Amino acid sequence: MNRSLALNLALLAGIAVTVLLSLMAGKVWIPLDAWVADDPRWPIIAELRMPRIVLAVLVGAALGLSGAAMQGYLRNPLADPGLFGVSSGAALGAVISLYFGYAASPLLLPAFALTGAGITMAILALLVGRSGSIIVFTLAGVILSSVAGSMTALAISLAPTPFATSQIVTWLMGALTDRSWDDVTLALPLLALGCILLAFTGRTLDALTLGESAARSMGVDPLRLQLLIVVGVALCVGASVATAGIIGFVGLIVPHLVRPFVGNRPSAVLLPSALAGALLLLVADSVVRALPTVSELRLGIAMSMLGGPFFLILLLRMRRTLA
Amino acid sequence: MSVLAAESLSLKLGGRRVLDAVSASFVPGRVTAVLGPNGAGKSTLLSCLAGLHTPEAGQVLVGGQPRASWTMRDLARQIGLLPQGADVHWDVDVATLVALGRYPHRTRWGETDADRAAVARAMAATDVTQFAARPMTALSGGERARVLLARVLAGEPHWLLADEPLANLDPAHQLDTLECLRDVARSGAGVIVVLHDLNHAMRVADEVLLLCDGRIVAQGPPAEVLTPERIAATYGVSSHIGTTPDGVRFVVTTPMAQR
Repeated sequence: MNRSLALNLALLAGIAVTVLLSLMAGKVWIPLDAWVADDPRWPIIAELRMPRIVLAVLVGAALGLSGAAMQGYLRNPLADPGLFGVSSGAALGAVISLYFGYAASPLLLPAFALTGAGITMAILALLVGRSGSIIVFTLAGVILSSVAGSMTALAISLAPTPFATSQIVTWLMGALTDRSWDDVTLALPLLALGCILLAFTGRTLDALTLGESAARSMGVDPLRLQLLIVVGVALCVGASVATAGIIGFVGLIVPHLVRPFVGNRPSAVLLPSALAGALLLLVADSVVRALPTVSELRLGIAMSMLGGPFFLILLLRMRRTLA
Repeated sequence: MSVLAAESLSLKLGGRRVLDAVSASFVPGRVTAVLGPNGAGKSTLLSCLAGLHTPEAGQVLVGGQPRASWTMRDLARQIGLLPQGADVHWDVDVATLVALGRYPHRTRWGETDADRAAVARAMAATDVTQFAARPMTALSGGERARVLLARVLAGEPHWLLADEPLANLDPAHQLDTLECLRDVARSGAGVIVVLHDLNHAMRVADEVLLLCDGRIVAQGPPAEVLTPERIAATYGVSSHIGTTPDGVRFVVTTPMAQR
């Protein structure tokens, strides 16, 4: 004790400071003394930066927490919330709405994405059935994500206009550009519910450290745990993809960043992963927003560019401990 | 009545009858060794008692009540299982791992004094207190086995079910672990342990349950159950049973053909 508490407080402070800086920084610098309702620059803060920052924090936290929960559940440090197909399903839903040009109404795309996530989750639950088996769960997830991926590729190749194609490809890269309070209203309840469900898995994930037999003998109900994980991750990932597109690596990287501080116990990793995920995505999104590039660098691409080298470092470190 | 009993348990796994009308009752304060050749159904019997498998016929009685009438949490407080070759999936430190054994007792609001006391007792009983802060990966096989046993003891179960707890241990650690099981029984809990080495069974057990092909061949004190005839009939080996000068019984097995 209590390195966890210290880390959580430090991450919270980091988020607070970054939010403040991020509200000021951007293509236009808005100092603190301009933060009054009658200043002409106030709408930039209230209507453009604020919702975007809130979304970055929410999506980052949900992805970080999902990643930590998935790694704990599968007992595999390389597990990622995208692994079980919900993000591909949500992306497919969004791509279908773009394909048919429904993106005109701002709420149609997220609604399609959420439907995609929901359908994928339902199929996953049907495939896994009442087995509670982690192997079936993983395989079903891999199958679903590859099927959804191939359907997405099909939609891209058959897109009616080059414009639709480019819209789909751009959307798939993931970003928080031009999000409004409507997106926050849509995503917040879903992400919050997902996070609450995942927060309940902590001690059960700890028990799973001892393997399935020992965990069951200690009173762990594998079906209940699987249900919490499936629904929790689906809500978090589905709502994240619906509002931000596919942003990879957050769920994979973040638990690894916090483990050196709080240890490997799965429940100890959950909260700091949520906070670190929020901070990571907030920093990354603030940077891509403030960078003086002609067209904004897509957040999804920025995260992938961070993720690749990170994976490499992870591999090298694992190789050293295995050797 | 605080007994643990199997009532004519039958179970098929993968089309094979693994348990065939197995009935046995176990008494607190005693060590029962479950013996038998590979595939005799020893581990499956333990799984049924621990509730990991549901028998097709028959039932398990815990304290006189059918298993199904207990909640999972209450059962987990009654029965502690040390599975075979228990894995540890995350490299946590020893104290954290042992504390996981309190899972059936813990509330949502964190550790109580009773939890901490039980963990400390379990660690003292298995002599792992000095490793408390060490990561699991820094332990030797013997130390690791003791820590895993401490995890089960931390739950303060009335019944300890151990599936081959001596596998991969050197002779000294095997004897230590057996002594530890005896201590658990002395403290009033019932111990049911799957063993392969007949010598260990003779050393530790008050009672032996000899299984073969999913049926009980014999049940009783080791000296009565483990006779050369029975060992030949169940294991298919010849055996010689003797006593050391200080009164420890031992068995030497040889292939049938060499007789």
